[in-house]
Amino acid sequence: MAAEQATAKAEPSSIKLAFTLGFAGLLSGLALVAVYEATLPTIEANKAEALRVAVFKVVKNSSAMQKLVVSGGKLAIAAEGDKQPGIFAAYGKDGRFVGYAIPGKGNGFQDTISLLYGFDPAKKKVVGMEILESRETPGLGDKIFKDKAFVGNFSALDVDPQIVVVKSGRKKPNEVDAITGATISSKAVVKIINEANKSWRQKLAAPGSEPALKAQPKKGAAAQGKGH
Amino acid sequence: MSAEQDPSQAYAEFVKGIWKENPVFVQVLGMCPMLAVTNTAMNAVAMGGATFFVLVGSSFLVSLLRRYIPAQVRISTYIIIIASFVTIADYVLQAALPAIHKELGAFISLIVVNCLILGRQEAFASKNTVKVAVADAVGMAIGFLFAMLCLGSLREILGNGSLFGFDLFGPRFEPWVVMILPPGGFIMLGVLLLFFNYVKVRRQKRAAEIARVAALEQEAA
Repeated sequence: MAAEQATAKAEPSSIKLAFTLGFAGLLSGLALVAVYEATLPTIEANKAEALRVAVFKVVKNSSAMQKLVVSGGKLAIAAEGDKQPGIFAAYGKDGRFVGYAIPGKGNGFQDTISLLYGFDPAKKKVVGMEILESRETPGLGDKIFKDKAFVGNFSALDVDPQIVVVKSGRKKPNEVDAITGATISSKAVVKIINEANKSWRQKLAAPGSEPALKAQPKKGAAAQGKGH
Repeated sequence: MSAEQDPSQAYAEFVKGIWKENPVFVQVLGMCPMLAVTNTAMNAVAMGGATFFVLVGSSFLVSLLRRYIPAQVRISTYIIIIASFVTIADYVLQAALPAIHKELGAFISLIVVNCLILGRQEAFASKNTVKVAVADAVGMAIGFLFAMLCLGSLREILGNGSLFGFDLFGPRFEPWVVMILPPGGFIMLGVLLLFFNYVKVRRQKRAAEIARVAALEQEAA
């Protein structure tokens, strides 16, 4: 005890202090790299799975998907691991094209809202909408995903000339009923979809000539990711 | 501080954190996560669990290495140890429970600055044997978890009409929305602190009364 106090009182050299901190940092870094490497595949698989679930939710009757990115002014199938922003083409069980799932992002009432919506190019309709991330006010703004009546607005919604928010009940096929007490959040969702439409629709292939599903390698990769 | 510690000390250190020196209700520490993520019982439990892991892990390491850490750099070393455990908890939660990780967001990383954790290292783990330090950390962490669960359950029941996501009152219940908003955290915490202080004051009064009666009896004899 007395010896311990004596050593504590004697001023240790700066080198010893720096060495202690450096060593602690080194060990900590090694531990973190190991944990990062160990958890990364699961984290990536979780994210991919969450996206797949969201795509299949906004485009009904779909069970396969692939990412499309812009290359040379046209939409083409994205290479594996392509990080470019893109949209998702969704396909039914028979490999037939069903619709697009288009991500969008924009300012909500409190923070960025990011969402995914299904788009049927033949009918020119929004066919589903799912909020991926939002921090809207609980009990009010969070009705943009909790209120089934509001989400239901997006199950068959005309996009031409553009989607409009109304407060007195929807009458036209391109109108959305605003949530009482959360008009700003409702408008934000519609604005995000309108803007995403503006930037993506001209790039979509003509209805009927969508890129075919390139299924095999993608499915194998997904199954592998799950296995981890 | 003594070299040999009797076995009951570990138990005493373990028990004190749960009730008598509860980190939240008595010491009023760790208020940031306490107020921020207790809007649902599940979030509260996840946060309490992550804090448990970080606190127990750091206390173990700090106590184990207490002779090798020079006093001049002890706080920085503790922070490195704590931050490492927090980052591990962050990744593991992200991999194992992505939905909860999304809800808690930045508050997982903010466990680093939970003064409860650094406080235990500086005040206790750095001066005690591993066994006692871990007992203390486990007790404190359970006390914290218990407090988080109290606040989280009450706020979720009042503010959302559910508990752990299960609807309790049916569709006719009008939720008291303010309870899951930040002001509700302050209101509920205030009410709970009031209750705990009331219990404490009453217990002190009763103890004083007993002591007075005993003294009178002694005098009479």
